[in-house]
Amino acid sequence: MIRIGAFLVGLFFSGWLIVSFGVGAAAYISEPPQETAEHAFHLHPKKLSLSSDGPMGKFDRQQLQRGFQVYKEVCAACHSMRLVAFRNLGELGYTEDEVKAIAANWPIQTPSIDPATGEATTRASLPADMLPAPHANETAARAANNNALPPDLSLITKARHGGAAYIYSLLTGYQEPPAELAQRFPDSMPGPGLNYNPYFANLNIAMANPLGGDGIVTYSDGTEATRDQMAKDVSAFLVWTAEPTLEKRHQTGWAVLIFLIIATGLGYMAYRNVWAGVKH
Amino acid sequence: MSFSWAKHYEPKTDLTKWLDQRLPLPRLVYGAIGAGYPVPRNLNYFWNFGVLAGIALVMQIVTGIIMAMHYAPNALVAFDSTEHIMRNVNWGWMLRYAHANGASFFFIVVYIHIFRGLYFSSYKAPREMIWLLGLVIFLLMMATAFMGYVLPWGQMSFWGAKVITGLFGAIPLVGEPIQTWLLGGFAPDNAALNRFFSLHYLLPFVIAGVVILHIWALHIPGSSNPTGVEVKTESDTVPFHPYYTAKDGFGLGVFLILFCSVLFFAPNYLGHADNYIPANPLSTPAHIVPEWYFWPFYAILRAFTFDFFIVPAKLLGVLAMFASILLLFFLPWLDRSPVRSGNYRPLFKIFFAILVLDVLLLGYLGGAPAEEPFVMMSQLASAYYFAHFLIILPIISKIEKPKPLPFSITDSVLGKDSIGTAGGPALQPAE
Repeated sequence: MIRIGAFLVGLFFSGWLIVSFGVGAAAYISEPPQETAEHAFHLHPKKLSLSSDGPMGKFDRQQLQRGFQVYKEVCAACHSMRLVAFRNLGELGYTEDEVKAIAANWPIQTPSIDPATGEATTRASLPADMLPAPHANETAARAANNNALPPDLSLITKARHGGAAYIYSLLTGYQEPPAELAQRFPDSMPGPGLNYNPYFANLNIAMANPLGGDGIVTYSDGTEATRDQMAKDVSAFLVWTAEPTLEKRHQTGWAVLIFLIIATGLGYMAYRNVWAGVKH
Repeated sequence: MSFSWAKHYEPKTDLTKWLDQRLPLPRLVYGAIGAGYPVPRNLNYFWNFGVLAGIALVMQIVTGIIMAMHYAPNALVAFDSTEHIMRNVNWGWMLRYAHANGASFFFIVVYIHIFRGLYFSSYKAPREMIWLLGLVIFLLMMATAFMGYVLPWGQMSFWGAKVITGLFGAIPLVGEPIQTWLLGGFAPDNAALNRFFSLHYLLPFVIAGVVILHIWALHIPGSSNPTGVEVKTESDTVPFHPYYTAKDGFGLGVFLILFCSVLFFAPNYLGHADNYIPANPLSTPAHIVPEWYFWPFYAILRAFTFDFFIVPAKLLGVLAMFASILLLFFLPWLDRSPVRSGNYRPLFKIFFAILVLDVLLLGYLGGAPAEEPFVMMSQLASAYYFAHFLIILPIISKIEKPKPLPFSITDSVLGKDSIGTAGGPALQPAE
């Protein structure tokens, strides 16, 4: 009984799947799916090599400080960084006094409550504060950005396929839409307020080119602030904001692995020793 | 249980004698995983994976309990409390990465364990109950893993919860009320998150309970072995301790090396980037996919694209997906070959190899976007999956001519010439 029932169930599912396959394949051949603009023009991220890559990776603190400067002077005008506190900046190599100064001079103040009246107000930031957002809420952010919402950047390198390489490619990928796009996919041409960028999923991104030219920041360590350099530095910085424990993770990993390899080697010898003389 | 030559526990000190008369816990351990449990001497490394699965379960429970001390199951703060664990809790990043990758490695280990059972027919009499309990564990694991993935309340958490509970919405007439009842609302929100957290904390202990039954049922007939020939004499076995404790210890070391390599150097490799975006009911991700260990079943779910008369395609997909797991419960009665081990079944071996490739292909297709040619490929791959278990396996077990079995485990280990069926199980089909 079980086998007859199983046979019928199997025949039904497999049979219907093969029928579905036949119908689908016939449709696929008679009407091949049309190519989309995304499929034709979307590009995979460019290669980006950072010192934090790989199992031995460590942060380049000079680069993180430069990236932080780019974030502060360019990105922070629109993008929040709500999971990072000023005190965390100490991990980039800033001294306690420098962190205090960065917090106090941050262009956006921290929301607060006036102790005398209970009214909403703002105050200068302290190292314990999280980086204040440029807009009070989503509505304000959309109103200021042509109804597009600039995403929070704290986790952005972990929240996008391709990670830091994707951010770097996006920042350096702004270009004029190719003539072929206008010919073949006129609907995919950037509309008003949109910009062509082949690294963005649907090719048209609301963010205007943020690193429009070389030298829009002046690095204090003398590095030349080319567009490419700024994009690399801020991508490196965003790897740190997304994964501030990366270095500790790598170091711990090596200690754990070395221990485990020795222990497993001993375990193997113990196993061979116990089984010596027993054929198996 | 056990074989007549199994050693018995003998307390040696006054304390253990006193304890043995009051709570014979050392006696239980001695008989279960000690020198008092005779095990076939010829087990290969595939027999390590049961113990590894048990260890993976314990790791998940330990890391999970500690994280629950810092996590807040509320839709407003769940995402941020997860990041709080990653950033501010001492070693919190390690706990969370160990828990997330621990789930993946738990499934890797269990899948190997299941396929070992399939190849060596560990489900056949007298071990049907071990197989059935194992499948119950597998189902509970799937439910637990699904609910755990919802807890960080990222985009994939939210939309995964919506899609999976939406499966119940495919049931005719009562589907939508059931979905609303399961979620505690019309879409995943605080009520859903809270109950998923509660159940995610409960189910691992249910799993632990069924694991105890699984091991208990194993100790009645004892372990199967790569020849599939039952234990006959003492020389076929070795005591579990120290022989298999030593071998399992080595296996555990290898497992931990692989696990820690991923945990410390590629902790997000098996995850999905979208789950680092906070849940947003107003923004649907381009491709909603579950975690990788559900991909084969997800491919089967999406392979049904045509209504069967009045049965909608979506309902067919849901039925097929559940059937793809439930059919495994009938396996002991579908495969009627008296020979257990695939090593002695030339025809079965070929189809088993195809099944392994088929499931790997289904896994790939389940993670791919729902567009052609992936849908057509998953239709063929799903068709083979059902045909394999429900049609091919019963037929080959009847027509196949197995190779001669060794007389005993000892003979096979010592390389003596096989002497056919003498004393072994009858090779003729049972009917």
